[in-house]
Amino acid sequence: MSATNQSKAFQSRIGEALGNQQAHTNFRSAMNMLMENRLKQFPDQEELLHKRQRADAIRAHALRNLPALLEKLEQKLVENGIQVHWAENGEEANALIHQLLSQAGARSVVKGKSMVSEEIDLNHYMEERGIKVLESDLGEFILQLAGETPSHIVMPAIHKSKQEIAELLNRHFPEHPYSEDVDTLTQQARQILRDQFRQADAGISGVNFMVAETGTLCLVENEGNGRMTTTVPPLHIAVTGIEKVVELLSDVPPLLELLTKSATGQPITAYFNMISRPRQTGEMDGPQEVHLVLLDNGRSHIRRDEELLDTLRCIRCGSCINHCPVYVQVGGHAYGTVYPGPIGSVLEPMRQGLDKIGALTSACSLCGACGQVCPVQIPLPKLINRLRAEAVTQQVETQGVKGQGSLRKLLEVWTWKGWRLIFGSGLRYRLFKLLATRLRRLTPPKMGGWSRYRTVAKPASRSLDEMAAKAGFDHE
Amino acid sequence: MAMSNDRPSEVYFLATCLTDLLYPRAGLAGMELIRRAGVRVIYPKRQSCCGQPAYNSGYRDEALKVARHQLSCFPRNIPVVVPSGSCAGMVSHHWPELFAGEPDEAEAVNMAGRTFELTQFLVDQLDLQLEDLGEPTEIVVHTSCSSRNELGIEERIESLLAQLSNVTVREQARKAECCGFGGTFSIKQPDISGAMVQDKCDALEQTGATRVVSQDCGCLMNIGGALEKQGRTLQPQHIAEFLLERTNVSN
Repeated sequence: MSATNQSKAFQSRIGEALGNQQAHTNFRSAMNMLMENRLKQFPDQEELLHKRQRADAIRAHALRNLPALLEKLEQKLVENGIQVHWAENGEEANALIHQLLSQAGARSVVKGKSMVSEEIDLNHYMEERGIKVLESDLGEFILQLAGETPSHIVMPAIHKSKQEIAELLNRHFPEHPYSEDVDTLTQQARQILRDQFRQADAGISGVNFMVAETGTLCLVENEGNGRMTTTVPPLHIAVTGIEKVVELLSDVPPLLELLTKSATGQPITAYFNMISRPRQTGEMDGPQEVHLVLLDNGRSHIRRDEELLDTLRCIRCGSCINHCPVYVQVGGHAYGTVYPGPIGSVLEPMRQGLDKIGALTSACSLCGACGQVCPVQIPLPKLINRLRAEAVTQQVETQGVKGQGSLRKLLEVWTWKGWRLIFGSGLRYRLFKLLATRLRRLTPPKMGGWSRYRTVAKPASRSLDEMAAKAGFDHE
Repeated sequence: MAMSNDRPSEVYFLATCLTDLLYPRAGLAGMELIRRAGVRVIYPKRQSCCGQPAYNSGYRDEALKVARHQLSCFPRNIPVVVPSGSCAGMVSHHWPELFAGEPDEAEAVNMAGRTFELTQFLVDQLDLQLEDLGEPTEIVVHTSCSSRNELGIEERIESLLAQLSNVTVREQARKAECCGFGGTFSIKQPDISGAMVQDKCDALEQTGATRVVSQDCGCLMNIGGALEKQGRTLQPQHIAEFLLERTNVSN
């Protein structure tokens, strides 16, 4: 997509989102609740800062030593009997997973919640090849029925009201009585899904943390669907990004605590799975085979840049999204990407290229709320600012972000050159001030999108400079 | 908190282009508050802009050139006081990055270290004592995002207001939420920005206050412009003007 087209498409999604009052109400109440819940978990700000610093250090250490840790991880996993596969991009990951499923003769798959599987568009790939993939996470299950994509990385169906969900379930499963009661709806979905778990030939899941020291795959969830997905079918395939590795088992608790508290305001989730090996002889349950597919998909490229590297510390809690004043207005679908909100606005342009989706960086007031709540202290505003600079730069480098300079527009370039000319010289700025204040009546009453929502402020009749001199202040 | 013998005897006033051109009375009030506390206030005549608009839009070369001019206007090693959190944040937090590797990096870092937002300066450096001479009133405070998230000084405005015995500060819903200004963001994403300022105006008005006070002219221009466009009665005012109005004997 050309730079102009991506901006146009983005603006049209924003327009659509802003017009949907119901969705805005849903987002507003959900985000208010999530922010309140998080705050209750962190009563002591100083302690929180200390915890964030620790989590940051754990993740930064892992990323610095990524190649060595991945090697160690692979070695341990193989020792444990988990087979490891490497995928350069989404296409490779899907092909690998498809091959594993085909070899096992799998026709039907249950899948736990996994953003990486969204990133590689796994469901479509498998369905096109005749393999049925059923989402087992309640939110994802609802979206699969609705034919929609997640609008949030932790709560994928957060944009839906319970009425919408009730109607959706009733339409697809008329044998269950219509209800708007959340517990009843959950029970219905549970019954529908339970049969599918028993029948599935394979389970696919994501991973939250991979421990290099022990070769353990950790999976955080609330519904038990993750445990079912990874233990009931005979074949379990986990797929995740290479950055999810940590060195030590003792690195997990501090990250887990911040993840659940930052994400949903829970001190701990209902389920925390630690997967270390397939079913052993004499064991009653568990999959016969466990595979891990490790996806790069641009992560190594991001890691090479000392500043952009910080993005990979992300533990996908979604707290930046919950606190983003732009996200609460437009919701997740407006971004048009797998990862929305602040983290999406930095990760997606790095992943896909500024020429593809760089326009996302414009949807940020740089308020800094995201950076304040990030449990691993990713400097999100700074990264957005950096990407804006990359998007309009003239010096294109091979090592830089993909699509560098693609949003450079001549009108903007000349506007800033003109601005620099005026504000870069005391003399010219004073002349400009004189004109602006003396000719204030000529200030245009309308200024594009600004005056759609506000009046235009006129320059004062005298600048502060003049007023200060008159009031006897010293000049220098 | 600084002791009185640590008080600077003179300071520079960095007006910010927005205050200089659009809200000079706010700037003048800030200067007056400092002068009244016995500190000489110097207004460098050649000063213009800190470079923030271009910096936040990705035009770093242009930002650097303007910031370099600004830097040259504040050469002496005395505090620089700024009546805006976002401009103070630009100098104190982003100049060191912007000037990194440049020949004048040391000067920029030096100025970053002696730059204060106005309420921060009044509380931390001057320990300003205020006596309320005004009628009872109810106001609501909008702290700027830069004062909260970048500088971490959002309590300063509250502590100054707490000294005013006749002023009741009403709490707004979601007080930590951005008003939607964001400089060029409000031009590039006018509809999102418009929706944000609408929500902010609603939250401010629901407090029943008659006045909204802030330390950033950018936020005030945004909120004030939206309030005026919608014909609402809530009045925007810069904290410096409000403090001076209520504590000046000559008023």
